Amino acid sequence: MSETPEVRGFRDHGSWAGPELVEALRERFDSGMLGDSAAHGEREVTIRREILPALARWLKEEQGFEMLLDLTAVDYLGKRETRFEVVAHFYSLSGNRRLRVCVPLREEAAELPSLTSLWKAADWYEREIWDLYGIRFAGHPDLRRLLLYDQFKGHPLRKDYRMKDRQPLIGPEAVRPAGAGEERAHG
Amino acid sequence: MELSPLQRSLELAEPFVTTKLDKVLGWGRKYSIFNYPFVTACCGMEYMSAACSRYDMDRFGAGLPRFSPRQSDVLLVVGTITHKMAPVLKQVYDQMCEPKWVVAFGACTISGGPYNNYAVLQGIDQIIPVDIYIPGCPPHAEIVMDGLIKLQAKIQNQKHEV
Repeated sequence: MSETPEVRGFRDHGSWAGPELVEALRERFDSGMLGDSAAHGEREVTIRREILPALARWLKEEQGFEMLLDLTAVDYLGKRETRFEVVAHFYSLSGNRRLRVCVPLREEAAELPSLTSLWKAADWYEREIWDLYGIRFAGHPDLRRLLLYDQFKGHPLRKDYRMKDRQPLIGPEAVRPAGAGEERAHG
Repeated sequence: MELSPLQRSLELAEPFVTTKLDKVLGWGRKYSIFNYPFVTACCGMEYMSAACSRYDMDRFGAGLPRFSPRQSDVLLVVGTITHKMAPVLKQVYDQMCEPKWVVAFGACTISGGPYNNYAVLQGIDQIIPVDIYIPGCPPHAEIVMDGLIKLQAKIQNQKHEV
């Protein structure tokens, strides 16, 4: 990107969306935009959860972002007021540009509208996020655990999941700290 | 008069050996290992290396992997076993006919290896009995051979029920 300084040894991929896309986003989704950045030349916007479906549809249908590259989540427990952040990477094959969209979520409202109606690829990503972070996706056709088993209690990539909490299906019960395995607030 | 085989051998001075049935069975079994490779992770690469022509497990009579537990007598557990996979491993072990042996191949199967977290079983010996542990992350093919030879020694010297 022209406005970010080149760091010696790091190649500028040059395939991130330019500032004009952020301008267009601000114009269209004014109140829904929380911020944007271009650290390391990577274009990133932070948005309110309410506008995610409209924004995704607009990106796909009017801006040529045909591809959902990645959908994941971060737990900022104790670091931010909005505990979770869902991060999506979109890629435009025709325009060779990428955009990262971050959606902060409060713990008590850890739910987002599903992107499965726009990208089938979102299906397993969303199941994985539900499995490991316990963030729900409204409108997902089949929101079951993806990697863990149904008997598993809690969501292990949440920072308050006890590190030594084990839930074996068979075999000897591991030593579990007091209170482990109980139903958690969002289990 | 009809001669018994022993008399005939003595008459004709044919060579013969005496042994115990246990020893014969052990000898036969240790050189005809049909292994079941239960491969779940990166150790599988090292298993392939050990099984293929460069190191060639067939030299020790273990050249026929069987992909049915009903036809195999050594369960090679190669790679990380998660809590989700553990019941499957147990079922495969239960499906194998006696006599059977289990080899824990690599650090993950021995102790969970580098993974001590919510997902990984901390050693397959928590759910099935293990005869030989082959350490390494992954174990080199030569250590695999060493483990195989040690397993053969164990098979040779154990009691074989008839």
